[in-house]
Amino acid sequence: MDEKSPRVGEPLLVAENLTKHFPVRGGFPIRRTVGAVQAVDGIDLTVRAGESFGLVGESGCGKSTTGRLLTRLLEPSAGRILYRGEDITHAGRRQLAPVRSEIQMIFQDPYASLNPRQTVGRIVSGPMEIHGIEPPGGREARVRELLETVGLNPEHYNRFPHEFSGGQRQRIGVARALALGPKVVVADEPVSALDVSIQAQVVNLLQQLQRELGIAFLFIAHDLAVVRHVSHRVAVMYLGRIVETGSREDIYRRPRHPYTHALLSAVPEAADADGTTRRERIRLTGDVPSPVAPPSGCRFRTRCWKARDRCATEAPALARADGSGEGHLSACHFPEPPTTAARPEA
Amino acid sequence: MTPFLSVRDLYVRFATEDGTVRAVDGLSFTLERGRTLGIVGESGSGKSVTNLAVLGLHDPRTTEIRGEVLLDGQELTGAPESVLEKLRGNKVAMVFQDSLTALSPYYTVGRQIAEPYRKHTGASRREARLRAVEMLRRVGITDPALRVDDYPHQFSGGMRQRAMIAMALVCDPELLIADEPTTALDVTVQAQILDLLKELQQQTGAAIVLVTHDLGVVAGTVDDLLVMYAGRAVEQGPVREVLRAPRHPYTWGLLGSMPRLSSDVGQPLTPIPGTPPSLLAPPPGCPFHPRCAYAASVAEDRCRTERPSLPPGRGAACHLGEERQRSVFAERIRPRLG
Repeated sequence: MDEKSPRVGEPLLVAENLTKHFPVRGGFPIRRTVGAVQAVDGIDLTVRAGESFGLVGESGCGKSTTGRLLTRLLEPSAGRILYRGEDITHAGRRQLAPVRSEIQMIFQDPYASLNPRQTVGRIVSGPMEIHGIEPPGGREARVRELLETVGLNPEHYNRFPHEFSGGQRQRIGVARALALGPKVVVADEPVSALDVSIQAQVVNLLQQLQRELGIAFLFIAHDLAVVRHVSHRVAVMYLGRIVETGSREDIYRRPRHPYTHALLSAVPEAADADGTTRRERIRLTGDVPSPVAPPSGCRFRTRCWKARDRCATEAPALARADGSGEGHLSACHFPEPPTTAARPEA
Repeated sequence: MTPFLSVRDLYVRFATEDGTVRAVDGLSFTLERGRTLGIVGESGSGKSVTNLAVLGLHDPRTTEIRGEVLLDGQELTGAPESVLEKLRGNKVAMVFQDSLTALSPYYTVGRQIAEPYRKHTGASRREARLRAVEMLRRVGITDPALRVDDYPHQFSGGMRQRAMIAMALVCDPELLIADEPTTALDVTVQAQILDLLKELQQQTGAAIVLVTHDLGVVAGTVDDLLVMYAGRAVEQGPVREVLRAPRHPYTWGLLGSMPRLSSDVGQPLTPIPGTPPSLLAPPPGCPFHPRCAYAASVAEDRCRTERPSLPPGRGAACHLGEERQRSVFAERIRPRLG
């Protein structure tokens, strides 16, 4: 493995046609596979060095599964995962060990992701222990340094998770993710369990770490405003597929996919109360269909106001629509006009 | 004229092993028929406790409730259980956050909607069932005559939330308390449910209390807003005024913490430093003073020693005074919000 630090913009973590189907078993007396939850169904994405890539979508769209596949916590059903050009899709323990230290994860629930019986020192030094890393100056010194980096008091080395508030616990999780000096951090809903006033503290911390340490982030969240705030590029998922991807401006100012457009228009905003911003409202009807039996063709067609016959028979490819800029891809037969301003200019 | 719902000087205290938790500490508000009051606050601010107290749902053995809750002239604090039982589900109804725990998995959705209707109106099984179908239709469930016999697990999250609203509205309540009714839902479904609540209110003229942590949700939904912090109301007023020209430093902090879809992404967020106080031993004076950037600038250390009162109508419980609140917001807070 190349030990040099990656150049900014170099593709670090790449998913190609990544797929995960969870078998559904049923029947009596012999339980057999009767179907599959198509959690992630053939997605492509690239996280580049030094950038923050946002993955948004509603519950059940497969965004968390994607994060777990990329960190190899789940085994993909098909497709490939490349880390700095090396295929790690089915890499074994030994081959994966050096990669694991470079790809780390931050979890949603700071209550469930920290062992309540371990001290903060033990939790944060855990990754060093597992990888047999002895930093110069010793592990304890390194942990104290990490606690300071994430804004915790290094004196709290010997405390237990229950002695900390939710926001502080999330900082402990961040310190643990930083312990091995990762190049990519997959953050799965890192702030959604926190109160609004604390969310901002953690968002600022993650952005500061990215600037100072040059870590690439895959930021998975359902909150569109938070994703917009932290991400350079964004992908929108619906029922296991990416329906649109592009730069932050592409997605938030010039969405081409009807789903992205509807999603943005559904976000309630405090600014709506003052009556100065008039936004159009698109109301989707119904719920997201089951991923066990997704609709044929375009998966969004059952809730789409533009759907026609073609949408039921032919799945639209994720491609550049007429009028879209470089790198702005959408999967729709009848894309929104390129001038759609889902939001008034800031 | 007396208001439809009037809560005055409400105190709710829980006895725990660690001491007394002052969950609600001197709260007052009023609500008229056909209006919607939004109560916003973070976890532990007392927003849900307040509503459970209004409904008399706290365990009297561990809870001390003082103050006055008048509904249509009738005193609810200390009212006997038999009186409250007649009100709940009838004149007053509640929609909870988590529809999976609020609905029983053992009974069909239709039966759970029909049950309170039969209890309060004495309708027959047949009539109640027809009423349940009608309610499901009104909340936008397709094929209500078929779905009425489904169990909750056969409904999606958004459908369950609709079913719970149908259950709450089956007796045409005059007061609906909705506690984080859309927090567990996706944004596209949340928008549907909020629209539905507004539409049903227009039909029935019910008063609604909407409890949420999300300032975005209240913006397009409520008429008046009450911001709670550490068991107290810190700011109140018509929702437009509170969100357009907030006066309390805590409200400023909430707005500054939330990224917006139109805010400048180059600007870091402005979080509120520190964490909310323990309700076992709330700070003296203004409960927000340990996290407030302006407390030090108030003369005579008043923020630490003297509890600020909340003026009725539009105002904030803050020692800065109206003039400084306006100037600080205009000069320092407003430009950062973008």
